Amino acid sequence: MSAVADARAPRLHPKARLSRDDVRGRDVLLYPEGLVTLNTTGVEILKLCDGTRSFADIVATFERRYATTGLAPDIGAFLEGLAAKGLVTYGP
Amino acid sequence: MDPKPLWLLAELTYKCPLQCPYCSNPLDFAGGRFKGELSTAEWCRVFREAKALGVLQLGLSGGEPTLRPDLEDLIRTAHDVGLYASLITSAYRLTKERLAALKAAGLDHVQISIQGADEELSDRVAGTASYRDKIAAYHYTRDLGFPLTVNVVLHRRNLHQVEALIRLAESLGAERIELANTQFYGWALHNRDALMPTKAQLDEAWQVVQRERARLGTRLEIVWVLPDYHEQYPKPCMGGWARAYMTVTPAGEVWPCHAAGRITTLKFENVRDRPLEWIWEHSEAFTRFRGDAWMPEPCRSCPRKAQDFGGCRCQAFLVTGDAAVTDPVCSLSPHRPLIDAVVAKGERDSAAGRTDGQWTYRAAPASRALAAKG
Repeated sequence: MSAVADARAPRLHPKARLSRDDVRGRDVLLYPEGLVTLNTTGVEILKLCDGTRSFADIVATFERRYATTGLAPDIGAFLEGLAAKGLVTYGP
Repeated sequence: MDPKPLWLLAELTYKCPLQCPYCSNPLDFAGGRFKGELSTAEWCRVFREAKALGVLQLGLSGGEPTLRPDLEDLIRTAHDVGLYASLITSAYRLTKERLAALKAAGLDHVQISIQGADEELSDRVAGTASYRDKIAAYHYTRDLGFPLTVNVVLHRRNLHQVEALIRLAESLGAERIELANTQFYGWALHNRDALMPTKAQLDEAWQVVQRERARLGTRLEIVWVLPDYHEQYPKPCMGGWARAYMTVTPAGEVWPCHAAGRITTLKFENVRDRPLEWIWEHSEAFTRFRGDAWMPEPCRSCPRKAQDFGGCRCQAFLVTGDAAVTDPVCSLSPHRPLIDAVVAKGERDSAAGRTDGQWTYRAAPASRALAAKG
C-alpha cells in the first residue's frame, strides 16, 4: 500500500539537484552537505516529478513504459524515502 | 579502490571584512605565502579537474567569497560541470540583487554565518558591525528560494545563546543550523584561552540541542559539531586524511583540509604547477597519512582506528609538534595531559570569574605581525 495519495503531485525540492557521478559510474541526488545514490529507475521516476503530474499519472506512465502493473507501492516507497529527507515535496 | 575526493573547499580569497577571533584561516594569511589569488580561468580549470576527479560538492568560501567580482562566472562553471555549489559567506553588504545574480548563475545553497543571537554580541565577536546585513540577507535568501544554512561557531562567549540561535534559524525558515563548537586551529588556537568553554556550558547547550531537536523534528536540521577537547576520543577528522576532502587556498596551494597548511613538515603542491589529480594521487601532503600504515601506537592496535582514523593530523602537529602521533585529544594518547591542562585552565578562569579574557581579532595587521614572528 502506497503512503502517497494518488492525486498529489511530487516534485524535487529546490535544494536537491540531479547530477551524474562519472568517476563512480552512478547518478546522484545532491543536496546541502550530502548526496543520495540513485539507480536508473530512480532517475527516471524523478524526471517525471515536475510538480504537475500526479502520483497516479507517474505510476501509470511507468506501468505503460515497462508493460507491467503493481508498481505503486515501490514508487511510493521510493518517493516517501526522499520526502522524509526533505528532498521531494508535493504540489506545484 | 583508491579513495576519490567528494568535496572541494575553494577558499577564493583571504580578504574578509569580519575579524572573528576563531577564524580557521592561517594566522599568516596576509603574509607572502598567500599572495597572488588564482584568476577566474585558473579557478574554472580547478573546478573542471575536481569534477573529473570525483568531486560533487563545492564549498565557495574564504575569507569572504563575495569579494570576488567574478563569483558569478565561477558559479556558472561549477554548475555547468555538475558540482553542487554552496556559498559560505558573512553576508556583509550582500544585496538581494547580487544574490539573485548568483542564483541565476546556478548557486545551489547559501550558508550565512552569525556570531551571536543579538546585534550587540554578534557584532562584538565579528569585530565588524554586520548583524543587520546578515538578518537582511537571510530574508533575501529565503525570498529567492535558496536552501539556507545558518552557521554559528560556538565558544565561551556565546554558548549561552544556543536556544536563541536555534529560534532565530527557525524564524528565518532555515533548512539547517550548524552549531560548530570551536575547533582549535588557526586564529582559534591563537585565542584558545579566551574561547575555551566550560564543561557546564557545553552540557547545558547540549541539553538545549536535544530538546530542540525533539521539538523541531525534520523542520530544522540541527548539526552539532562536538567540542573535541571535551571528548574522550578524537573526531574522525575529514573522514580520514585525504579520503574525501581537498581545500584549494586563494593562491592555489592544495591541502587535505583547511588547516593542514600549518603542518610545516609537509610539502604542499600548487594547482599552478601540477594537475589536481596528480596532487591528490601522488603529492606528499596527500599520501603521507592516507590509510593506516603511518599509525603509531596506541592507534595501530586500536579497534577504533577504522572509526576515527587516528583523529586529526593538524591537531597532533599543533599541540605536540609531530603530525604523525595519535591525536592528543584521545584519552589513550600520551599527550592527553596537554589538552587536560588547557581545559582545566578554562575551568579555573571561569570559577574565578575571569571569563572576558582578551582575544586578538583576525585582521591583516595582526596577521602580518604574526607572520613576521614566524
